[in-house]
Amino acid sequence: MSTLGIWVGALLTLGILSFLYKDNPFYKLSESIFLGISAGYWFVSLYYQSLLPKLFDNLGITKMMGASETDGALQSLFIHGRWDPNLWYLIAGALGIMMLLRLIPKAGWISRWPLAFVVGTTAGLYFTRYLASNAFSQINATLKGFVVFGQPGFFGWANLNNLILLIGVVSGLTYFYFSKEHKGIVGGAAKVGIYFLMVTFGASFGYTVMSRMSLLIGRLDFIYGAWLGLLR
Amino acid sequence: MAGPNRADFWNSMMKIDRRIIFLFIFVAISVPMFLQIQLKIPTSPEVESLVATLDKLPDGARVLVSLDYDPGSEPELQPMAETFFGYALKRKFKVIVIGLWPQGPIQAERAKPIAETQAGRQFEYGIDYVNLGYQAGNELVIQRMGSSIPQTFPVDYFGKPITEFPIMQGVTNFSNIDYVFNLSAGYPGTVEWVLFAVDRFNIVLGAGNTAVQAPQVYPYLGKQLKGILGGMKGGAEFEILTGLPGRAVKYMTGQTFAHTIIVLFIIIANIAYFTTRKKEQGGLS
Amino acid sequence: MKREIPMIIAGTVGIVLIIQYFIPAEPFGTLNDVFSDWFSIIQASAIWLGALNLIKVSGDKIYRRHKDWPYAAIIIVSFLVMVIIGFFFSGGRRFLDPGTPFSQMYDYVYSPLTAMMFALLAFFVASASYRAFRARTREATVLLLAAFFVMLGRVPLGDMLTGWLPRWLHMSEVASWIMNIPNIAGQRAIMIGIALGTVSTSLRLILGIERSYLGGE
Repeated sequence: MSTLGIWVGALLTLGILSFLYKDNPFYKLSESIFLGISAGYWFVSLYYQSLLPKLFDNLGITKMMGASETDGALQSLFIHGRWDPNLWYLIAGALGIMMLLRLIPKAGWISRWPLAFVVGTTAGLYFTRYLASNAFSQINATLKGFVVFGQPGFFGWANLNNLILLIGVVSGLTYFYFSKEHKGIVGGAAKVGIYFLMVTFGASFGYTVMSRMSLLIGRLDFIYGAWLGLLR
Repeated sequence: MAGPNRADFWNSMMKIDRRIIFLFIFVAISVPMFLQIQLKIPTSPEVESLVATLDKLPDGARVLVSLDYDPGSEPELQPMAETFFGYALKRKFKVIVIGLWPQGPIQAERAKPIAETQAGRQFEYGIDYVNLGYQAGNELVIQRMGSSIPQTFPVDYFGKPITEFPIMQGVTNFSNIDYVFNLSAGYPGTVEWVLFAVDRFNIVLGAGNTAVQAPQVYPYLGKQLKGILGGMKGGAEFEILTGLPGRAVKYMTGQTFAHTIIVLFIIIANIAYFTTRKKEQGGLS
Repeated sequence: MKREIPMIIAGTVGIVLIIQYFIPAEPFGTLNDVFSDWFSIIQASAIWLGALNLIKVSGDKIYRRHKDWPYAAIIIVSFLVMVIIGFFFSGGRRFLDPGTPFSQMYDYVYSPLTAMMFALLAFFVASASYRAFRARTREATVLLLAAFFVMLGRVPLGDMLTGWLPRWLHMSEVASWIMNIPNIAGQRAIMIGIALGTVSTSLRLILGIERSYLGGE
């Protein structure tokens, strides 16, 4: 099975690789299989790992279907007459079904409710977290001492790097400040900011190249090693 | 005539078929795979910082490993997972695995046997290792774990209730976790762990990231993030510093050749550009 | 009411979650937990929606005999194969155990395809670097130089070429400095800007000023 599996994996890999020459039926076949298998994988995984334990088990639907021995919230309420906090999952289930109704054009408008819930949740969380972690913490981390005697620095100077960091952040932010025309001091600061941003983008490009090459190395290792057995 | 021929040469270099470039890349990465070259890999402060934080943890510490990547990032992040599990076996950490991506916990199960083979001993499932699987919800999962980990992950990767496992006894939320190690390929990932766990619940976090994501998480280094493993180079440094050499070190030769060829391409392309531009400007004047 | 009720939902949930950051006590603590659990279920449903929508679109292509309809049929067949294997032939909840058919489909079909799809980008990034990366302006030159130092500094070759220089001029040290100082400066400026924008957008969404997520009528 393992040998057959490796051959299947290798042929599908070559199918995708064939796109480099030109678009062709072998590539299109591999791509279509990829799309279908991915969708199927997510579909099954989400059922067993999220929906089944959190929704159906907690509500007691799996007990009702005979697939579980453990009572859920519905059994607690209707058999034992007790309120179970897991009953709140009924609303979650309803919102989930509303989301799926998007597939039916006439009923699709109801999917706005769960969507609004998601948007509201995300907005509420991001409002505080982004302010705390990505604004205040970052400003805090930038405002470090740059004339501190006895501290080591890259050039052996007292925290020259902290000064460069401060200049970089302030000038970068100035570049993104569009409420004042970029002239005079503001213009000069923005110009410095552009250069810092160019270094940032250059570094990101360098790392992106590194990342993509790593992925190809991994695939070729599979082709030459696991499939063709050419590597020790 | 040398002048027009040279200009024609650089002009044709500018318009080279991209399939020739593809072929060069293919050869540049394939050839080093067959060469047994060992290169000296220098280490960087951000990886040293991560390893130093791990070294300070007591033996038997409880660590949470969140694998937030899919097979698309496997060559970069899987070696980091293998090395971390190997290190955890060495230090007898109690490892709790989760995933914010559905593929993450599966990747953990693929990394574990490799680490165990290298370490010469195995994790005991439920005692010093448990895989809690995946939960949908992205950053809300992290938020929920801050309140209750058992309620966020009621069953493990294999569908068994987590209350059955000794490793989960006494684990309520992040206050019972000594260290969180996140392997991240995008969203949700390290950024969400910093925003929702570090700053809210004061966890100690170390991260391994794909090289695409790594530059974006550098600003968190220091108080929020105790070290970064950036891409395959970071993985290689991690292997060297922990004394557990693996795939990342092996792949660095190919990485070196690939980067060299990209740099050469850029230099050649710019020479071609400036030469043809000079010729055009010379022709115009 | 088709638009008003969702706006009320978004606003209420958003305000509760902002308050719970400052007042984690009851009832906001419990509401935070409940909303987090609901979010998990809704997200799972949304992903199911995506998968089913793919099947719906593919089915539509087959029905209308679109140009590439055979490939749409392959998408549907692959989806059904994976789902049937996952639900009926892989031991139920233990579908991820090593050796199950679902697990093998993951290892030998899903993994290689996903990995190779992303690995293709290596070729395109090389081609793009060659064809588009020109030092046309001073800014582009700075970008190019930063990329050059980072790419060479992050592999052993960089130190091999500059090993004869003082340690602080070694390519790896320069690359490290670039990543830890100017890169962080630029990333931080972008991050702070995005954070302020996010705060503003979140407030607009909660207050119902921003309603684009509701779509048309």
